[in-house]
Amino acid sequence: MRIAVLLKSVPDLIEDIPIDEESGEILYDEMSYIPSEWDDQALEEALLIKEESGAEVTAITVDTGESDTMLFTALAKGADHGVKLVGDFDPSLPNRQRAHIFSQYLGPQSFDLVLSGVQAIDDIDGQIPGLVAGILGWPHASVVTEVRAHDNRVIFRQEYAGGLVAEIKVSTPAVIGVQAARKPPRYASIAKVRQIAKSSQLEEVEMSIQEVPSLEILRFYKPIASGHAEMIDGDVDEAVDRIIEILQEHNLMRG
Amino acid sequence: MGLILVVMENGASGFTDASRELLGKARELTKHQDGQVMAVGFGPQSEKALRRLAVDRVICADSALLASYNPAAYEACLDQIIKANAPCITLIANTTLGIDLGAGVASRCNLPLIAYCTDLQINGNKITATSQIFAGKAVAEIRIPDSGAIVTVLPGVWNADTDVGDPDFETWPVDTPQMMEVLKVIEPETGDVDITKADILVSVGRGIESPENLPLAEDLATSMGGVVSCSRPVVDAGWLPKARQVGKSGQTVKPKLYLALGISGAPEHLQGMRDADLIIAVNTDENASIMDVAHYGTTVDMLELMPALAQRLRGE
Ligand SMILES: Cc1cc2nc3c(=O)[nH]c(=O)nc-3n(C[C@H](O)[C@H](O)[C@H](O)COP(=O)(O)OP(=O)(O)OC[C@H]3O[C@@H](n4cnc5c(N)ncnc54)[C@H](O)[C@@H]3O)c2cc1C
Ligand SMILES: Nc1ncnc2c1ncn2[C@@H]1O[C@H](COP(=O)(O)O)[C@@H](O)[C@H]1O
Repeated sequence: MRIAVLLKSVPDLIEDIPIDEESGEILYDEMSYIPSEWDDQALEEALLIKEESGAEVTAITVDTGESDTMLFTALAKGADHGVKLVGDFDPSLPNRQRAHIFSQYLGPQSFDLVLSGVQAIDDIDGQIPGLVAGILGWPHASVVTEVRAHDNRVIFRQEYAGGLVAEIKVSTPAVIGVQAARKPPRYASIAKVRQIAKSSQLEEVEMSIQEVPSLEILRFYKPIASGHAEMIDGDVDEAVDRIIEILQEHNLMRG
Repeated sequence: MGLILVVMENGASGFTDASRELLGKARELTKHQDGQVMAVGFGPQSEKALRRLAVDRVICADSALLASYNPAAYEACLDQIIKANAPCITLIANTTLGIDLGAGVASRCNLPLIAYCTDLQINGNKITATSQIFAGKAVAEIRIPDSGAIVTVLPGVWNADTDVGDPDFETWPVDTPQMMEVLKVIEPETGDVDITKADILVSVGRGIESPENLPLAEDLATSMGGVVSCSRPVVDAGWLPKARQVGKSGQTVKPKLYLALGISGAPEHLQGMRDADLIIAVNTDENASIMDVAHYGTTVDMLELMPALAQRLRGE
C-alpha cells in the first residue's frame, strides 16, 4: 500500500493575527508558521498503518516557505519519502490552488490512499481532502478517527455530532480527512530531525499556479465580540476570593 | 436571484436543526429578490418531511442506498443535482456532512466554496458572506460570485425553520457506482457520568498539560459538587473518555456553571457550551476566544488555581 500524507503549515495562533485595517488584508509575512495540527494526526495514522500492515508513506507539501523542517520531521518519525512541490508560492496561496497543485502531482502517481488533516485553521475556501478528492474524482470522507488498511481493503471510522460513529469500507484509491489518529502523534527530537536532514534527501518537483475558482474577499477584520468576560485581576489567591464571591452571588456554593 | 439549494441532513428524528437553520435564511434571501428555494433530502425516509417544508420545490433522492449517510454516494448524487439545477447558492451545514460534501462537490462542479460561513447578507443586488477563519480570531467578508458558490454554514448561527408548506415534489433517480459501504453504526458510549445533566462542570483543555494533573480537576469538581468535562484534545490524547467531551463532536451542555480551564474557545468547542448560565474562564492568554463568551475571566495558571480553589471550598 502506498500512502500519501498532505501537509501544510498554518499561522501560529499564539500570536495575534496581523490585519492591515485600511486594506483589510492579512499580513502573511508578519506571522510565524507551524505545522497544521490535524495534518500531524493524519501523518500519525499513516505511520500506524505502516507499522500494523506495512505501507510506504510519502509526506508531501506545497512549498510556501520553510517546508524542509516539516518534511524532515515526517521522515524522522518514520515516513519513507518527503516531497516538496515548489514554484512561485507564498503563504497566502489559497487552498484551492494548493489542492490543484497536490492533485496535479498525485494524479499520475499510483497512491492507494491519501490522508490529510480534516481541516486547517486557515482554509476558508475549502478543506484540502475534499477538494483534492473532487479534483481527482476519488471517493473521500472526512472527520475520520481510525483508518485500517489490509491488502488494499480500507476500512475507516467516521464521526458525527454527539460522538456517533460509522464504520465504512471504501475502494482505493481514496482520500481521507483525519480528525484524530488512534494514538497521540509521536514526537521526533530536534537532534533526530537534524540528523535525518543531514543524511536524507527531499524530492523537489516544479509545479505551476493554475486557473481555479477563487473567492473575492472584500476584507478581513477582527470579530466584534458581543460581550467580553469581566476580568478578575490579581494573583491566584485574589482570583480564588473573587470566584468564591461569584459562586455565592449565583447560589452555587454547596451546603 | 435564481435558485438557492438547501441540503437537508437526516438526524435521529427528522431533519437536523443545523440543516433547518439554512431554510429560514434561504427563504429570507429569496423573498425580496424573486428567487426560489429548493431543498434536497436523501433516502426514502426523508420524503414525508420534505413534502412539508415551506419552500418552493423539493427533490428526494430516495434510493435505499442513501438511507444511512454514505459520503461517496451522497457526493455523487448532490453533484448531479447541482449540475442539473445550477443553483446560485448551495447551502450545507458545516457538520461532518458539510465538511465532506462541501469541498467534494465544489471541486467536482468547479464552483468556489465558502466554508465556515456565519452570515449571508444582501447588499444591493449582490450577496455577501461572512466567514470565520483562524479558529474565530478573524472574519472575512466575501462576495458571492454570479457564477454561484457552495457555502458551508456553522451550525447555530440562524434559527431553525419549522414552518410548514406544500412544495413541488420531485424524486431523483440515483445512479452512482457504490464506492463506499457502511458496515455498521456505533452508538456513543454513555460513560460513567452524563455531563449534560450536571449543574456544575469543571472543564479542562490542553492547558491541563498531562494526565498526572487530572486529579487536581477531579478534586476541584468534587469540592464544588460538579463533574469533570473536557475539550477534544484531552479525549484524543486518551486522558478522559469520549463521554466527557464538550463540543461539536461531543456533547452540548447547558450547566449552571461552566468553569473552563485551559480551553482556548475554538468554534467547535463553543458550539457545545456557549449557552451555559455562567461561564468562568481561566486562561493564561488574555486574548483567548473563550474570553469573548465567558462572563468572568482570569489569566492565572490553572494548575495553581485548581488546588487553591479546592482547598478554600473545603474550608481549609
Ligand atoms: C470536525 C471537528 C470537530 C471538533 N469537535 C470538537 C469538540 O467537540 N470539542 C472540542 O473541544 N474541540 C473540538 N474540535 C477541536 C477544536 O477545533 C480545537 O482544536 C479544540 O477545541 C482545542 O482545545 P483546547 O482549547 O483544549 O486546546 P488549545 O486550543 O490548545 O488551548 C489551550 C489553552 O490553554 C491555555 N493554557 C495553557 N496552559 C495554561 C495554564 N497553565 N493555565 C491556564 N491556561 C492555560 C492556552 O492559553 C490555550 O488558550 C473539533 C475540530 C474539528 C475539526
Ligand atoms: N513553513 C512555512 N509555511 C508557510 N509560510 C512560512 C513557513 N515558514 C515561513 N513562512 C513565512 O513565509 C514568508 C516568506 O518565506 P520566505 O520567502 O521563504 O522567506 C516568511 O515571512 C515566513 O514567515
